[in-house]
Parts: sequence; structure tokens; C-alpha cells
Amino acid sequence: MEEIIRMEGITKVYPNGVVANNQVDFSITEGEIHALVGENGAGKSTLMKVLFGQEQSEEGKIFIRGREVKLTSSQNAIEHGIGMVHQHFMLVPSLTVAENLVLGKEPTKGGFLDFDKAVEITKELSEQYNLIVEPEAKVEDIPVGKKQKVEILKALCRGAKILILDEPTAVLTPQETSELFRELIELKNKGHTIIFISHKLNEVKEICDRVTIMRRGKNVGVFHIDEISTEEISNLMMGKEMSLDIQKKKAEPKEPVLSVDGLSYFNVVGRQVLKDVSFCVRAGEILGVAGVEGNGQKELVEIITGLQVDYRGTINILDRNIDKLSIKGIRGLGVGHIPEDRMTYGVAELASVEENLISNRYDDSNFQNKLLMDTDTIDSWTAKTIDEYIIKTDSSKRLVKMLSGGNIQKVVVARELSTDPKLLIAHQPTRGIDVGAANFIHRKLVDMRDTGAAILLVSADLNEIMDLSDSLIVMYEGEIVAYFEDMSKVTEEELGLYMLGLKRQSEDEIGRCFHA
Amino acid sequence: MGNLASIIFTAEFGYAILRVTTPILFAAMAALISDRAGVINIGLEGIMLMGALTGVIGSAFSGSLWIGLISAILGGVLMAMLLAYFSLYLKTDIILGGVALNLMSSGGTIFILYLVAHDKGISSSLKSGVFPQVDIPLIKDIPVVGEIFSGHNILTYIAFLSVLVIYIFLYKTPLGLRIRAVGENKDAAASVGINVRRIQFLALVLSGVLAGFGGAYMSMGYVSWFSRNMTAGRGFIALAAEAMGRGTPLGTMLTSLLFGFADALSNSLQSLRVPAEFVQMIPYIATILGLVVYSNQQKPKKVKGEMEESV
Repeated sequence: MEEIIRMEGITKVYPNGVVANNQVDFSITEGEIHALVGENGAGKSTLMKVLFGQEQSEEGKIFIRGREVKLTSSQNAIEHGIGMVHQHFMLVPSLTVAENLVLGKEPTKGGFLDFDKAVEITKELSEQYNLIVEPEAKVEDIPVGKKQKVEILKALCRGAKILILDEPTAVLTPQETSELFRELIELKNKGHTIIFISHKLNEVKEICDRVTIMRRGKNVGVFHIDEISTEEISNLMMGKEMSLDIQKKKAEPKEPVLSVDGLSYFNVVGRQVLKDVSFCVRAGEILGVAGVEGNGQKELVEIITGLQVDYRGTINILDRNIDKLSIKGIRGLGVGHIPEDRMTYGVAELASVEENLISNRYDDSNFQNKLLMDTDTIDSWTAKTIDEYIIKTDSSKRLVKMLSGGNIQKVVVARELSTDPKLLIAHQPTRGIDVGAANFIHRKLVDMRDTGAAILLVSADLNEIMDLSDSLIVMYEGEIVAYFEDMSKVTEEELGLYMLGLKRQSEDEIGRCFHA
Repeated sequence: MGNLASIIFTAEFGYAILRVTTPILFAAMAALISDRAGVINIGLEGIMLMGALTGVIGSAFSGSLWIGLISAILGGVLMAMLLAYFSLYLKTDIILGGVALNLMSSGGTIFILYLVAHDKGISSSLKSGVFPQVDIPLIKDIPVVGEIFSGHNILTYIAFLSVLVIYIFLYKTPLGLRIRAVGENKDAAASVGINVRRIQFLALVLSGVLAGFGGAYMSMGYVSWFSRNMTAGRGFIALAAEAMGRGTPLGTMLTSLLFGFADALSNSLQSLRVPAEFVQMIPYIATILGLVVYSNQQKPKKVKGEMEESV
């Protein structure tokens, strides 16, 4: 097979001085599925943005089929047959699938939009590539897996022969993932070339032909997938040996710390998002909450942490009803919260590392002189905490937004864990951060559990849920549909069936998770 | 109160509602088109005011009504382009840019008025044309209906027609689709090669055209002269109407009529022995009440500790 893309000596320096790509060479053969892996901040996304024309590199050349090209905009890249499916979908929710598909190159009839034609185009394309979508459905009404198909079709509709998929499986269930893989292989058989960006090495092993590994802005190796093991890939990514398993001893759960009894919640538009949810989290255990995103987990977390009120049911934390308590009051009971969206709820991005670290204890008397903040105490405490949590920053006064994603998350984790909470709500604690930081956070969570904290872990990452949880509940459409007391007896496939609502335990089995 | 009923339930009052709704409707459509492209045009008040002045000047110096209209539109477009240039190219905050535009227009129109008409209050020395009133055949002969709907200023008919035109434009043309896409998710639009800035620029220019029409109506339809700050908050009322109309052309027309009703009421009540200052508050109080009602039905949930998500 012939080489379809060659990038040579790509160097990209961002205005803030970060060297995202340093003399990177990258080569793709026509008709292959090529994995691009690396930790967060390794420069994968930047490299792909350069290829997709969204960023211009300072140095380097790009060749398509041997001819040098200048890609100065994504439009440019599209014209050269490159399409990208972003991690955050580039779709307009209120428009129909067909309208999203033809946006920018709309079919017209007498100057007006020809909607019927758009539907026809969508159907044709959908059948041709066996990516089934409903052309007249609004994008906001269709599930994530379908949205992704729309994105892929959108790229194909614009004549893409080379598809860049940015962490496509991050939001999918195992079943949706295998469906996607079948579709990708079909695309490959039709002669398309696919670049597959991923964190999940087993997926890379499963579907890709070759893998390019990046670390710290450099290409550290290209391999045929049969020539390399997941461990070796992982080592190259991180530059050091690190186990992917989480070492932990068996949990010894004690008395319930959090008990949720008969919780129901209706959202703004009157839809019931939580239906009679009851469970307990005991001291010394990690209770995982698995489920496809959007099945009530977010609301559950918001209610327990006080961000959301107007629910029905009873929530007790250490035998205190939290109904009348403010967020601060709830935190005062010994609750820590690692929020799902770190940039919105986790940190104030324009404040410094130090300010973010003390933002839940600025009024602690230890940190105050009579009138003003005690900067010496704060400085020394901050320095200690930064060391303990290995937050990579050149100064505690640096703005949080200048840090990498993994280090920002460490700031959040450091703040929430250093109060020694009795109950920790960890919502997607390692989403989108590199393996090193994720492992560190996982270890911290296990340590906390061993010292007797109760941890509620909500995550859409199955590996995380399965490796970290001591016991597990599965949520589907706002209900608990399964409870597993012992994680060692659960398989990923079985979990998938519950997550998709295809299977459901009896009320008695589910009821066991309420330990009160 | 019997007096009140005798004022409201008359054909004249119905006629008056349409008459005073006209400038609000133009401005609300202007607000709508820019809002749908994701650029909030808070400078409508100033744009309309400038349009009102340039219309009178154009008409007075050319002696032609239609050149007057074109001048008003050009005045509006230039102002809108100024805002577009500052916010889209120089990256000024568009709210601050809009506020600046309003302040500039408020003072600037008086300055220009003084230069041209040697008066700081009113343009009575300029002989401006006035748009004709149009009788609609057949309808004008129907009792009551004819009295309400016929014999309006031609711009009033254009205003209501513009609702339909904008509806078709937004929902049935490729450009309209692009405007909606840009307004809702500009990254998505950009990713398929739509030039977001150009679309937003265009939306602001169209917004200027519509506000220019509104200005022309103020000074060459409603009355026949320009007077200082004559738009009297209609640009802001229009923004409220657009928000309450949820950004849809029909909804915005209905809410504009609601504010037009309040405006007409305040005009009519002045004939009763109600203090004028009190009566003049009615349109603005209606705006505030309208926004409160609107936001209550929009967000029934109580949220503490977080910014409310826009629905």
C-alpha cells in the first residue's frame, strides 16, 4: 500500500511558549487504521490540528500522496480529503441530522434550501456506508452513538478519504464501541484511511494496524500492532514502567456514611431523571456508579453535594439530613467533591494554584491573622501540598489554566482530599487526563478508602469503575438496575447489558445496596 | 375604569397598537437576526436613532422620500458595521461595544443635528418627507377590521411583512440555516468551512438594515421630524420582545404587539386625567413585568451555588 500522508519535522510552539510538537514525523499508509497514542499533553491533538488545518506549524511539511500541501484552514484540509470527528461533537443540536450533514454545502432549489434533497443525500450516504441514522430526527434527540455516526457521515459527505477520530470510544458503551469498530473496519475495506486517537490501549490492539506513540511532543516510535504489547506501548507513552492494575486489598466496609433513600428528581422540563433511588456508601468502601452518561448520575451527584435542590426523598450523611443544608454546610459534615467538569466546577481557571488549593478553607482560622490572610502559613501549606500531590507547576502563584489537564485535576484532588473527608464524591475523577496522573489519583482514592473514608465513584470509564470499585451499582434511565457486592464476579459484557437496559436485577437484589 | 374600557375596545385603539408597534417590531426583528447568529446587538437603540436622523437629513436635502429611506438604512448599516468591526475584528466585548454605540449615537445625533439644522432639539427647520398611508382595497370597507388594519403607514405593512420574510429567510434558505448554525454552535459551523465571522458580520448588517427601517419610521412616519433621543428606549424594549419571543419570528411579533399595546395604552390614557409621568411609565413597566414572567416560566428550578444554564 502506498503512503497517503507524510508529515515531516512538524514543530508547533504555542504563544504561551509550550512546545506541543517538536520535530515530529508522522506517516500514514492508505487503507490502514492507524492509532495515535500518548498521554494528555503529549501533542497528539496538536499534531492532528495541524493536519486538519486548524493550527499552523512553525516548521515542517505536509505531503498528501507525495505532493506537498499547505493546510491553512479546516476547509483546506477537507478539500484534500481529510475529515475529523472531534471528541466534542461539532453538531448543531436544534437542526435535523440531514441539515447538519449538508451544512455549509446545502442543496438548493430556486435559491431556497432543498430539505428533501438533504434527506435524500443523507439516506444514500447512510446506506452506502451502512451507518444508520434517521435523517429527519433532530440531533438533540438522538443518542451519543448516533451523533457520532452523523459526525462520521458529515466527514464522508465532504469527500473525506482520511478520517481522524479523536477518542471516539470515550463516550460509548461497550456495545456501541463494538458497533463502531465494525463500521470502521467496513470503512477501511472500502478504501478509507483512519487515524484513531485513543487512550485505551486494548482498543488500539483490537482494531488498529499500526500505532504511533507520542511522548512530550515527540514521536517515540511507530510499530505494527502485532510487534508490540500493550505494556510496551504504555511504557513508551510514559517513559517508565507503570502497572496498569490498581493494587488494593479487600475492602472492609463499616457503618454507612451516606444513605440515600427513595430519591426522585424531576428536571427543568419536567422529565423524571431519578426514580426512587436508594443506596448506601459505607466507610471503607468505594461504591462505583456505572452507567452511560445521562442516566441520572450527574443529577445524583449534584443533589448529594447540594448543587441541586428540589428533590424528593431523604439523604443522610453521617445521620444528618442534608435537606436544609447549604453546600458549605454539607461540606462541613466532611464531604469532598471532585466534580465532573473541572474547568467549570473544579477550579477557577484565572486564579492561581494556591488560591484554588485553599478555596475550600480560606476561612480556616489557621490561615488567618487577626484581620488578613496569613500568607506565610498559606505559602508553606501550599508548598507541602504541591509536593505531596506532585503537581507540576513552576510556582504556586501560576494561574491554574496554564497547567496541563492532569495537573489541574491534581489541584482539585489535592484540595478535596487534604481535608480528610469522611465522604468523597468522585465524579469522573480521571476523565481526559494522562495515565500517570490517573494512576496517581486512583492510588490516592484507594489510600483514602483504607483510612476509612466512604467513596462514591461515578464514572463512565469502565476500566476505572471495574478496577477501583469494591461494589457497584448500575444506573439506567434514572434507576438502579443492578447491584454487585463483589466486583470480581462481574464481566464487562455483563455490565454493558445492564448499562443498556437490556438486563435488570430483581428488586431484592437491587435492594441489597441499601445497608441501613 | 369604564373610561378605560371605552378606550381599549375601539377600532382606533386597535389601529394605534399597530401604529406604535411598528418601530418596536422593526427593532425586534433586527435583534432577532443578530441574536440568531450569536451576536447580541445591544446597540439597536443607537442604530435606530442614527437611522432616524440620517433619514430626515437625506430626505430633506434630496427632496425625495425614498432617498430619505435609503439614507436611514445606510445610517443604520454604518452603525451596525462599526459595531461589527469592533466586536468581530478587534474583539471588543459586544455588550460594551453596543453600549458605546448607544452613547455615541445619543450625543452624536444631537451634534450632527446642530451642524445641519442649527438646533439641538428638533429638526423642524429641515423639510423632511413623510411616508404615505395606504388604504387596502376591500379590507378598508369592512367595518372595524378596515379601521384597524387599513390606512396605515406603508412602513407598518413592511414591518409586518418583514416577519414573514425573516421567517422564510431563517428557516428556508441556506444562508438562514448557516446563521442558525453559527448562533447555536459556531465551532460546528466553522468545522464545515463556514466563515463564522462573515456570517456574524452579515447578520449585524441585516440587523442594521432593519433598525434603519425602524428609525425611518420614527422620524418620517410616526412624526415628520427628528428630535433628540426620540427612540426613547424602543431598541431595548425590542431586545426584551425578542428574548420573550424566544428568538422565533412569530413569537417575537406577538411579544412586540404586547409592548405595542402597552405603548398605545400609555398614549391613550394621557387623554384621561391620569398624571402623564405615570402613564409614560407603562411601556417600561410592561417590559420589566414581561421579562419577569418570561424568566419565571423559563427557569422554574431553584439552583443554588451555580450559574443557571441557559436553556
